[in-house]
Amino acid sequence: MSDQTPKPEELIQISYRPPERDWMDPALEFRKGNFCYSAAPRHLEYLGLPNPRHWQPFEEDWKLPPNWREIILDGLRDRLRKFRSFRLFMDICVRCGACADKCHFYIGSGDPKNMPVLRAELIRSVYRRYFTLAGRLFGRLAGARELTEQVLKEWFYYFFQCTECRRCSVFCPYGIDTAEVTMIARELLNLVGCNINWVLEPVANCYRTGNHLGVQPHGFKDSIDFAVDDLEQITGVRVEAPINRKGAEVLFVVPSADYFASPHYYTLLGYLALLHEVGLDYTFSAFASEGGNFGLFTSHEMMKRLNAKIYAEAKRLKVKWILGGECGHMWRVMHQYMDTMNGPADFLEVPVSPVTGTRFEHARSTRMIHISEFTSDLIRHGKLRLDASRNDRWRVTYHDSCNPARAMGLLEEPRYILRHVVNHFYEMPENTIREQTFCCGSGSGLGTDENFEARMRGGFPRASAVRWVKEKYGVNLVTCMCAIDKATLPPLFEYWLGPGAVEVAGVHELVGNALVMKGEQRSTDLRGEPLPAPAQQEASHA
Amino acid sequence: MYLIHALAAVLLLAAAGYLGGSIDGLRVVTGVAVPYLGILAFLVGLGWRVARWALSPVPFRIPTTCGQQRSLPFLKPNRLDNPSTTLGVVGRVALEVLLFRSLFRNTQAEVSPPARLIHSEAKLLWLAALAFHWSFLVIFVRHLRFFLEPVPACVMALHQLDGFFQIGAPVLYLTDVTIVAALIYLLGRRLADARVRYISLFTDYFALFLLLGIALSGVWMRYFTKVTIPEIKQLALGLVTLSPTVPAGLAPLFFMHLTLVSALVAWFPFSKLCHMAGVFLSPTRNLANNNRAKRHINPWNYPVKVHTYQEWEEEFHDKIVAAGLPLDKE
Repeated sequence: MSDQTPKPEELIQISYRPPERDWMDPALEFRKGNFCYSAAPRHLEYLGLPNPRHWQPFEEDWKLPPNWREIILDGLRDRLRKFRSFRLFMDICVRCGACADKCHFYIGSGDPKNMPVLRAELIRSVYRRYFTLAGRLFGRLAGARELTEQVLKEWFYYFFQCTECRRCSVFCPYGIDTAEVTMIARELLNLVGCNINWVLEPVANCYRTGNHLGVQPHGFKDSIDFAVDDLEQITGVRVEAPINRKGAEVLFVVPSADYFASPHYYTLLGYLALLHEVGLDYTFSAFASEGGNFGLFTSHEMMKRLNAKIYAEAKRLKVKWILGGECGHMWRVMHQYMDTMNGPADFLEVPVSPVTGTRFEHARSTRMIHISEFTSDLIRHGKLRLDASRNDRWRVTYHDSCNPARAMGLLEEPRYILRHVVNHFYEMPENTIREQTFCCGSGSGLGTDENFEARMRGGFPRASAVRWVKEKYGVNLVTCMCAIDKATLPPLFEYWLGPGAVEVAGVHELVGNALVMKGEQRSTDLRGEPLPAPAQQEASHA
Repeated sequence: MYLIHALAAVLLLAAAGYLGGSIDGLRVVTGVAVPYLGILAFLVGLGWRVARWALSPVPFRIPTTCGQQRSLPFLKPNRLDNPSTTLGVVGRVALEVLLFRSLFRNTQAEVSPPARLIHSEAKLLWLAALAFHWSFLVIFVRHLRFFLEPVPACVMALHQLDGFFQIGAPVLYLTDVTIVAALIYLLGRRLADARVRYISLFTDYFALFLLLGIALSGVWMRYFTKVTIPEIKQLALGLVTLSPTVPAGLAPLFFMHLTLVSALVAWFPFSKLCHMAGVFLSPTRNLANNNRAKRHINPWNYPVKVHTYQEWEEEFHDKIVAAGLPLDKE
């Protein structure tokens, strides 16, 4: 948090009164704390992306190619032809405004161009000017405006102030999805080299090493080995965690933060304990060492380029199916894009749980399942010995991450698990969970430090809902299944609710705590905190 | 600003229609040419618009899921808000089209001091939208009695139902009341809510004024000046049977009404009103969330440059070996 960040009581003084001037006249101020810095040219060069150069958004000269307007308009025409969604969303909005106060960035900033409708109008106005007769003839009267450098800068500012969370599309009477508009707008910006480092550095890392953090194979092995040792210290059980092992039944793909960041790390310990306990024959891959995909925040093409390694590794390692860890946008890619982009996965088999025999029919084509699907099935069949009282120091709520909620519908699996591994579970208000869940404010590659103010503004609705459960039920732990959430919710809650008010954990961390392992000897939970005094009652069988 | 422009534009159209109905030589133009041109623009325009949408590919299956997915047998899927079958999709789109399911979710978010976000119910927009659209549909169907001879029983039944309360003479149609009330609400909301006013364009006001002009001129003819129905029916039937005649004795007000309607249908495909057709095609609503069960094909899927495992192994070979990880050929 920089010194310039306003205090919460200042930040909350939000004016929703729109300015006097017409929104069609761009009026932009790149205020520190509200935008992200440009991508370093070496990343663009490594990826073969256009117009690598040194520049910054707050500078006057963006060093655009001389024919930048032509490039953008050609790119726009091309995408209108390729995406029915985009073409339709350019045409059918009636500006009813139902989406306005559904956007966390609008709620937290009051900036009218953060209303989803106006965010899309930024590009619609250009579409009308160059691609509709009325716009060409009547200009502003037909809602059309010229594409100027100022307009392009506005695009950059506002399309990197949308987290592609899709909450607005739940409320739109025509299902207009701002995530789709933002994805295409970012593709267009990338055509002239306007992108941010917090997205492109992970992309370049991922392309080269296999994961966003740039962890190389030996580093990956060290991290996993370290976790195995740690888990042995905590539980007294030595688990196997094979890497790049051919012939395993399952390839396990997790977001890289799980083995490199905290509190993600405790979730990794949870996975390791669980998969050992049920004896799953699996392998990690040091190449497919990233479930996340920041290509999603760059372009459809980049998403495909990064995603290709998942099936490629599954094929090379000759596994039968793929298991995926706790991550948000990763699951948008795995669920809605992977099979189409890089399938068919005809070299894999329909996932079957070797423990319960359950055939995961709903994944019969993509052949990849979410770990919460796997775990809830285990619990349902009574395959796990769980002692929920080990999590008794937590009063728990669950934050749905945007993508599994609104691009998949993975709502009940985590709740089913939580109800079996904790004794105190409380929901946040219904307008803030499940398909109406609020974003952490830092998704889609915006979870960095330089835009801290924007993140705190965008995360305000979520923080407000957490404050509510905290005051009402004494909740002290927010669980989630998203690597970006785990990284960005702690500072968010510290900012709005104060230091130490609530902690953040993955669902499988709590599974790992509650799991009674064969031959275990443990006195602490996965965070090293003492377990509650051994309960006399029999550990409950689910 | 846009408001004044839009009002002026509609008044101009209305005046032109009125004038065109008052001058002998122009009645053929206003009574025959204008509606034919309007219909032609509507059919060609909407056909072109829908074809352009329908012919654009749907590269990815991207439903917005608004409920539990179908995954495990012990977790109840939400079959309508997150359909996994075609039947479910039909249900979802039907709910959207007939009852405005998504708009029904509408809430209002407000910050309450010191730092709390409060959500409250906000169903008025949904109610007004539903009232307007359904009234419009009923009025449209009622008007078929001018264009069809004999008048189908269902049209007459609707006409009876709409005038159920038997208020006044001629009997007051409920939909005449609801459509005017809904339009006034929608216009009032656009003006009174600062942020909706901020996003409103010329076309948003133009649509509302045009519809209000049509509704009010219709109401005026039916309840106040009481135009003669047989001549209107004669003109309407003539238009439908492609043997148009303009009977004498039609009031200028009728020509004004007709001109406004013609303007509406002609403008329809080229404006936001095309959402009527577009709502059926929205990929976030009309696709089943069966992504992992059934592969979706992208017709323009093309090969991309990737970093292969072999390249990766080559680059990190020594580190892989040093870490004791297996190489591919081992």
